[in-house]
Amino acid sequence: MALLQIAEPGQSPEPHKRKLAVGIDLGTTNSLVAAVRSGESTTLPDEGGSHLLPSVVRYTEQGVVVGQAALSKASVDPFNTIVSVKRLMGRGVDDLKGLEGEAVYRFAERDGGMPYLQTVAGDKSPVEVSAEILRTLKSRARASLEGELEGAVITVPAYFDDAQRQATKDAAQLAGIRVLRLLNEPTAAAVAYGLDKAAEGVIAVFDLGGGTFDISILRLNKGVFEVLATGGDSALGGDDFDLALARWFLDQLGGKEVIAGESRYLTEKARWVKEKLTDNQSVVVDLDHAGQKISLTVSRELFDGLVEPLVGKTIRACRRALKDAAISIEEVQDVVMVGGSTRVPVVRERVEQFYGRAPRIDIDPDRVVAVGAAIQADVLAGNKPDSEMLLLDVLPLSLGLETMGGLAEKVIHRNTSIPVARAQEFTTYQDGQTAMMIHVVQGERELVEDCRSLAQFVLRGIPPMAAGAAKIRVAFQVDADGLLGVSAKELSTGVESEIQVKPSYGLGDNEIAEMLKASYSFAEDDMQLRHLREQQVEADRLLLSLEQAIQADGEVLLSGEEVEHLREQMAILQVLRNGSDAAAIESGVKILSQASDFFAARRMDQSIKNALKGHSIQEIEGDS
Amino acid sequence: MAITMTPAASDHVSKYLKTRGHGFGVRLGVRTSGCSGMAYVLEFVDDIQDEDQVFESDGVNVVIDPKSLLYLDGTELDFVKEGLNEGFKFNNPNVKNECGCGESFNI
Repeated sequence: MALLQIAEPGQSPEPHKRKLAVGIDLGTTNSLVAAVRSGESTTLPDEGGSHLLPSVVRYTEQGVVVGQAALSKASVDPFNTIVSVKRLMGRGVDDLKGLEGEAVYRFAERDGGMPYLQTVAGDKSPVEVSAEILRTLKSRARASLEGELEGAVITVPAYFDDAQRQATKDAAQLAGIRVLRLLNEPTAAAVAYGLDKAAEGVIAVFDLGGGTFDISILRLNKGVFEVLATGGDSALGGDDFDLALARWFLDQLGGKEVIAGESRYLTEKARWVKEKLTDNQSVVVDLDHAGQKISLTVSRELFDGLVEPLVGKTIRACRRALKDAAISIEEVQDVVMVGGSTRVPVVRERVEQFYGRAPRIDIDPDRVVAVGAAIQADVLAGNKPDSEMLLLDVLPLSLGLETMGGLAEKVIHRNTSIPVARAQEFTTYQDGQTAMMIHVVQGERELVEDCRSLAQFVLRGIPPMAAGAAKIRVAFQVDADGLLGVSAKELSTGVESEIQVKPSYGLGDNEIAEMLKASYSFAEDDMQLRHLREQQVEADRLLLSLEQAIQADGEVLLSGEEVEHLREQMAILQVLRNGSDAAAIESGVKILSQASDFFAARRMDQSIKNALKGHSIQEIEGDS
Repeated sequence: MAITMTPAASDHVSKYLKTRGHGFGVRLGVRTSGCSGMAYVLEFVDDIQDEDQVFESDGVNVVIDPKSLLYLDGTELDFVKEGLNEGFKFNNPNVKNECGCGESFNI
């Protein structure tokens, strides 16, 4: 018979109507799936009892292999065995240049910007590869929970941009999983410890995995987690600890030539020693080298010394993150440890020393993110009474659009809690303008060229009007997963155009952090640049409208001398406009508009005369 | 009349209660629904009603209303693992038929 779980009072499900929902931690190195059963969130093991599924996919002519079996073939079949696919998610071919050396795969030439990996089973996109991992977790969940899944909460790094989030969602869809919500990994870890139950507070989440390090500073306010700052190193993790110890082994062996395959053997031994040292003060290891057996003793002090430069790096990143978040150490109320490498005692000691408080380590650091995601999934699937608050997330970077002069106008600011919808009115720049390009950008900088371009579309069918008369309402909508839809509508005619932002590639891990940092350090420059661009736009507008006016009415209303004088003044402003002195342009604009005031007045008189021509006094009085 | 639990069941119930942080015990019950007449109810208990009966098994309170007790008398609650799946099972001597899935039954 079906096995039952204990429900909350009054929440017993109807037979066959149990709402099964899981949390999925789709990691760079390992992935996990967790579910809430009888009120307890636990990760689900496979038949062999292991909870961690290596995030490795191997394509063979016979089919697809996922997990440990694929990982064990990584070195013999590197092109068909895809590891760390998460690093490729939502990236464009151009973005991958920075990954050279890391990615050994053969990329297929394709249109559309998405990189495809060449395998014996054909070209595969990172989305398809991730979908294989998700499919494996899904079937594990179905076997463990005995039923169809209602949906899943999938975690993503806090710094993931729209493109990377969308790619993750696409992968889930491909695997036949309904995504209840994408959740930031540090937020999930905080939820696992029930920190969302507090009214407010600042939490640091220290995530040191096998190959990546992330530090996030979160602020909880009325049930909403705001990401104050993220930082870290996408190439620092437990594997580097192993390497440091392996190098020491090699020194002890007299620095002899490394035989092929030996470095792998030594790092495996190093890893074993590292894990033993978690519970022991010293470990003896036997090494086979060039036919000799050598026995070495590794004390914890020695190991701590070897990894000190690496641990120091993480602590420096912690300090930077606090600075970026403008938070003092005393304000941090909780520190949560995530990732297997936080088991290393010296890491815990240094983190405790830095924050001045003991970090949370009760929940298995490999599983804590999945555990938190499952708790959230259980709430979203409706297995909890309504009083349980729904957790909200915030936008990591501001969203906006390009205005004249290449300026980025922010419509939704970063750290706004989502879902959110905001609209802003824009207008036309030129007389008779019938179309408008909407260029959607993401980032904190003032100039479009310094932000990330997300999408472009054109609103057509604006009726010809004077510049500034058309009203165009641009609405931004961000759903609960942080995905964006933009629509533009001309209000007098109702013509509308919209776009679902689904870019083909995205930002790199560190780029977001860098963009944020840059927005602070370039704040001054940006402000001046913005001022300059604004003045330039103003000058262009004046020159353009004056030129049009001279073309239209110059012969009738101006003497040859007056035209010449105006042209001279215009040439002066043009020179100033092409320079970079905002104040000079501003005064130039003022001088020219004063110099052309008389012309504007004459045009006004003339248009009134024209309007009155041929009408009797009675008609005009009757109108008023 | 009595309801009992196997040691595996009482271990898990007390663990889950501890994780939950609060609760008086576990409620067993039946209600009419499902493909074969009756369905089991298994819930945490925060408030007990006047008419409820409470049994104790290995220090865990088992709460049941008198109507449900008619259908569940003699039931032993067990906790089992079947493949990757694990959960509670009602060993109910009163059952005559149950639907293929075992989520509902009649007597």
